[in-house]
Amino acid sequence: MSTILPPAAGGSDAPNDPAIDAAKGTGLWQNAFLRLRRNPQAITGAVIIGLFLLVALFAPVLAPYGGNDLPGRTDITPTTIPGPGDIDSFPLGLDRFGGDVLSKLIWGAQASLLIGVVSTALGLAGGMLLGVLAGGFGGWVDSVIMRFVDILLSIPNLLLAVSIAAVLGQSAYAIMIAIGVSQIPIFARLLRSTMLSQRGADYILAAQTLGLSRRTITMSHLLPNSMGPVIVQATLTLATAVIDAAALSFLGLGGGLPQTAEWGRMLTYAQAELAVAPQLAFLPGACIAITALGFTLLGESLREALDPKTRTK
Amino acid sequence: MLRVIGKRIALLIPTLFGLSVLLFLWVRSLPGGPATALLGEKATPEAIARVNELYGFDRPLIVQYFTYIGKLLQGDFGVSINTGRPVLEEFATRFPATLELTIIALIFAIGVGVPLGYLAARHYGRLVDHGSVVLSLIGITVPVFFLAFILKYLFAIKWSLLPPDGRQNPRINATHYTDFYVLDGLLTGEYDAAWDAFLHLILPGLALGTIPLAIIVRITRASVLEVQNADFVRTARAKGLMERTIRGSFILRNAMLPVVTTIGLQLGLLISGAVLTETVFAFNGIGRFLRDAIFGLDYPVLQGFIIFIAILYALINLVVDLSYSVIDPRVRVQ
Repeated sequence: MSTILPPAAGGSDAPNDPAIDAAKGTGLWQNAFLRLRRNPQAITGAVIIGLFLLVALFAPVLAPYGGNDLPGRTDITPTTIPGPGDIDSFPLGLDRFGGDVLSKLIWGAQASLLIGVVSTALGLAGGMLLGVLAGGFGGWVDSVIMRFVDILLSIPNLLLAVSIAAVLGQSAYAIMIAIGVSQIPIFARLLRSTMLSQRGADYILAAQTLGLSRRTITMSHLLPNSMGPVIVQATLTLATAVIDAAALSFLGLGGGLPQTAEWGRMLTYAQAELAVAPQLAFLPGACIAITALGFTLLGESLREALDPKTRTK
Repeated sequence: MLRVIGKRIALLIPTLFGLSVLLFLWVRSLPGGPATALLGEKATPEAIARVNELYGFDRPLIVQYFTYIGKLLQGDFGVSINTGRPVLEEFATRFPATLELTIIALIFAIGVGVPLGYLAARHYGRLVDHGSVVLSLIGITVPVFFLAFILKYLFAIKWSLLPPDGRQNPRINATHYTDFYVLDGLLTGEYDAAWDAFLHLILPGLALGTIPLAIIVRITRASVLEVQNADFVRTARAKGLMERTIRGSFILRNAMLPVVTTIGLQLGLLISGAVLTETVFAFNGIGRFLRDAIFGLDYPVLQGFIIFIAILYALINLVVDLSYSVIDPRVRVQ
């Protein structure tokens, strides 16, 4: 017996399906979301980020020991460091201080999430403020702000972050602020250029014709319509923030106790034991790379989904 | 042409001026001020007062700024706190090492990146293409210092194929004229010294080159994809030109413009990368010197380096812009 099944609703699998735009075409973001749900790259990214978030948020429940605890202090000697599987109570082994590697990786996720989110939020807020001022006012305000942004851009990111961390002293907060500030120019430039390209649009002309004030036009019309690229950039920036944070704490700018559970810091102390205990470098390194991969995959899929050029091909 | 160059250099002045103000204010906002940075945190108030007087840190900020900028214009970048030697001298002795490393990294990045991106575009949607996408994702998401660890562990420790650190085997008593170790070896005829220096460059060069590699692969792929279906390529095919000519003179040449721009923009990444790579491989270049400067709060070094980089960055971008007219004669620099 054969029954011909009617095609399921939304049964097309192509990521750039024109039918999505035609049928459900309600709004830019809804369309983008529909497209993301069909993109395996986006799903992979979302799953990685989901896991990372769960581990970071439930670190106190998941981790067998505290982040700065040294439960295996008596099990290490200057010549032997137990590796994965050597001692039952420490599944991924110990580090040179006697800290449980598994617990430190889990707490490290929390540290990375905190630094990544706070610094990106800071960069986003600062960049949007400068971008809105420059793109909304134009004229000399624009010139002054953009020159300032150019100056910041001419300093390599890591050096800028390092210089800021030098003023603030060595701490996790310094790293957050340093990375956040070094991201400001990127967001400012992006928002400004998107706003400038929107300024001649018909809906802006319409708003002007209605006699709306410049503030209303900028804040309620120009800004919301310019946010797409900024949100994509923010997702991608989360990846670089995680990597940069690891780099800064790898260089030793994190402050606090030497055994602090941070992925970058774990790599610093893995250096000396690379020959005998390579897992001490590989495990935190892999965590950094996988987290960055998650944000990159999601960010790039989001860019594709929001890009009108790829939409109706 | 000369007018273009002059104009670009003139445009650099406001940026450098702003940068010098920022850097000046940065030093004054260091915890405890510049005197504490010089003397260390345990300095007595009397010593700090003496240093403040000696260096003029107690004078009005505006006077201090003009003293600073005056010295800067005379090429006086100050003295390194860590080593006690002039900052410029320190850069001069270490710069060749980093330049050597950067050249190897760029040769690797361009030599692999451009052909791979080109092949990926030619075989769009096939295995090479997917491979190039995966490779560029890895290059973007794997931190450079972690990559350095992997390379060091595999090639230097596990398989003992390449030296794990340093610039040259200390047992080789090589003569150095230029501080470019490979070049020195070639010039003096000490070929084994040159070879040894080259072997020391491979691992850090690979680690450092991976980030620009990832970006170059992407840009080349996107650019070739766009150009290879252009009308003029179709016309060339219709004219019956040899496929080799079409690929070389038509597709590749026209696709190179964005690639060259991107390579010029990698300087900042390369410098940040060099700090990390040189730290892992104990490679005695600018990067490692900067790392020490960061910890010793050696502000004259950091200050001088940032200005140096800003100038270098502007010059590289100028060279990139000028090279457009060579690659694409239609572009006339205005």
